[in-house]
Amino acid sequence: MKVLVTVTDVAVVDDEFEIDGLDVDERYLTYELNEWDDYAVEEAVQIAEDVTDVEVVTVTVGPERSEEVIRKALAKGADRAVRVWDDAIAERDLLDAETKAELLAAVAREEEPDLILSGVQSGDDSFAATGVTLAEKLGDEWAAVVNQLDLDQDEGLASVHRELEGGVDELTDVELPAVLTIQTGINEPRYASLRGIRQAQNKPLDVKSLEELGLDGSALESPLRWTATYEPESEGEATVFEGAPDETAGELAGVLRDEGVGQ
Amino acid sequence: MTVLAVAEHRRGELRDVSHELVSAGRELADATGSELHVAVVSGDVESFGDELTREGVDAVHTVDYGEEFNHDVYVQAVEALADDLDPQYLLLPHTVNGLDYAPAVAERLDYPLVTDAVGLEADGSLTVTREMYGSKVETTIEVESDHAALTVRPAEWPAAPSGGDATVEPFDVSIDEGAVRSTVTGFEEAAGGDVDISEADVLVSVGRGIEEEDNLDIIWDLAEALDATVSASRPVVDNGWLPKNRQVGQSGKVVTPDVYIAVGISGAVQHVAGMKGADTIIAINKDPNAPIFDIADYGIVDDLFEVVPALTEQFGG
Ligand SMILES: Cc1cc2nc3c(=O)[nH]c(=O)nc-3n(C[C@H](O)[C@H](O)[C@H](O)COP(=O)(O)OP(=O)(O)OC[C@H]3O[C@@H](n4cnc5c(N)ncnc54)[C@H](O)[C@@H]3O)c2cc1C
Ligand SMILES: Nc1ncnc2c1ncn2[C@@H]1O[C@H](COP(=O)(O)O)[C@@H](O)[C@H]1O
Repeated sequence: MKVLVTVTDVAVVDDEFEIDGLDVDERYLTYELNEWDDYAVEEAVQIAEDVTDVEVVTVTVGPERSEEVIRKALAKGADRAVRVWDDAIAERDLLDAETKAELLAAVAREEEPDLILSGVQSGDDSFAATGVTLAEKLGDEWAAVVNQLDLDQDEGLASVHRELEGGVDELTDVELPAVLTIQTGINEPRYASLRGIRQAQNKPLDVKSLEELGLDGSALESPLRWTATYEPESEGEATVFEGAPDETAGELAGVLRDEGVGQ
Repeated sequence: MTVLAVAEHRRGELRDVSHELVSAGRELADATGSELHVAVVSGDVESFGDELTREGVDAVHTVDYGEEFNHDVYVQAVEALADDLDPQYLLLPHTVNGLDYAPAVAERLDYPLVTDAVGLEADGSLTVTREMYGSKVETTIEVESDHAALTVRPAEWPAAPSGGDATVEPFDVSIDEGAVRSTVTGFEEAAGGDVDISEADVLVSVGRGIEEEDNLDIIWDLAEALDATVSASRPVVDNGWLPKNRQVGQSGKVVTPDVYIAVGISGAVQHVAGMKGADTIIAINKDPNAPIFDIADYGIVDDLFEVVPALTEQFGG
């Protein structure tokens, strides 16, 4: 059995930052493994530990920078990785969910996994759409926002809980092959061990261009244009206390006492 | 031309977002000189249909098939409706169920998809406002196409008032059962747990800024000094540091205390959904740009590990 996990790095913005053109200035960005994908990788690795003969492959659309989080996924137990990138992709300033899914689908068609695990959303763009779009492109079944997963390989069925609003889970049986978008909290992602980190250096990480995936530039065409980025006007009128902690705490204590708290 | 909005319901009730979609849809319809149609799929479509004849709705289409949301059914039904009505814009909710079918519908209809819209402007072309980097910036996306599918953020638009005079018409779709490859078998409520945070008057709520489980002590100390209850944002619960029944937000509890003290919580939309109804909101966060300050009444921009003990001390703790 093969499990494909979509993995991306996400940009985290510093407390203070500036916008340069369409995006936050690169100087104020640091990159980390997308939280939701961390849980997806863990879920795949746990399946591989429970069931014999499971290969876990990660796939990423991203520049060389993203190899850092890919190695992390490999260190946590994925077997090998595919990274899709080339100059034509680098030129696009907006990689929308449909375009990403198109590229991921090309890899999925080569890999023919039984199960694809994706994250509910990327922490930076938060489209929350790539996984289900990918499923539809592949003609696979899917389930979004999964916080519990039981696989029945003989039946070719995934029994999942989908986490709805308000603390209610929906229980759903999904036919395989399927794409599941994984919600945080489904498991406890492990830390990579030193041994894992060493082993990850030697695991295969293939880089593929559009051409190598049998795609041409049309795969990157999209009617969506990213036209502006700005800091939202603060709607808030918060009274912010300034000064040393004992002063600000004193002022806040005054507010709380006025509210009748902690008398 | 037509704008088509698709309502959402669960376990016999229309969800609020359905009426908000009507407001967003009316806005787009007015800007483009279009009609606003609303569709409702599955469940008690007759009563849902009546309830959806809100002000600004021109027609309601009901698809009577099954009880609860099933994405395979929804995709087929909305595809058939779109084939029939050729809507310029398709409006779907950015809810957990919306995430489960909107991308598939858009893909099948070959409509470009923009998710989690917080603003819509149609003036020649369509421009969608959305947020990035956990609400730290806003971006605009222009859609260079005469069709688009949009998911709309809940609680951004007001609910459309009832009292419209739209016609309600059943819409016939023959659902291909062979293409329904997922089955909803039931629902499960999260367990009750030790406290009901929605009953608390004062909440001290802790987020990822607390960094480690052991550091929670300072939160408990503050709560004790204030005679308050401890709640949390999602990462604290995901990490197993506090039980699920203490989670505030979209997938946790909605709370409306007199005072809500957010400590090391950024104010992500899914968190805010659960606490924006608090009377007085206080934020302690080292990041002056954290979105929680947009809804806070009082704030301290500083290190929580300094401020929280100092605050506890003010109350003799
Ligand atoms: C479908 C779905 C459902 C969700 N449901 C929920 C939900 O019900 N509830 C919920 O909370 N989230 C929910 N989320 C997750 C949500 O998107 C955010 O990821 C989450 O709310 C972030 O929690 P946080 O603010 O604690 O962490 P972060 O966003 O990481 O924020 C941590 C904050 O702590 C501050 N900080 C760090 N160190 C310090 C310090 N020393 N002193 C002071 N401040 C400090 C930082 O500046 C930052 O603002 C959901 C997400 C999805 C996709
Ligand atoms: N560039 C990418 N490469 C690989 N997977 C991605 C990429 N972007 C998004 N994904 C996957 O799709 C999920 C949802 O992302 P999004 O639709 O961008 O919010 C993420 O959690 C990832 O699993």
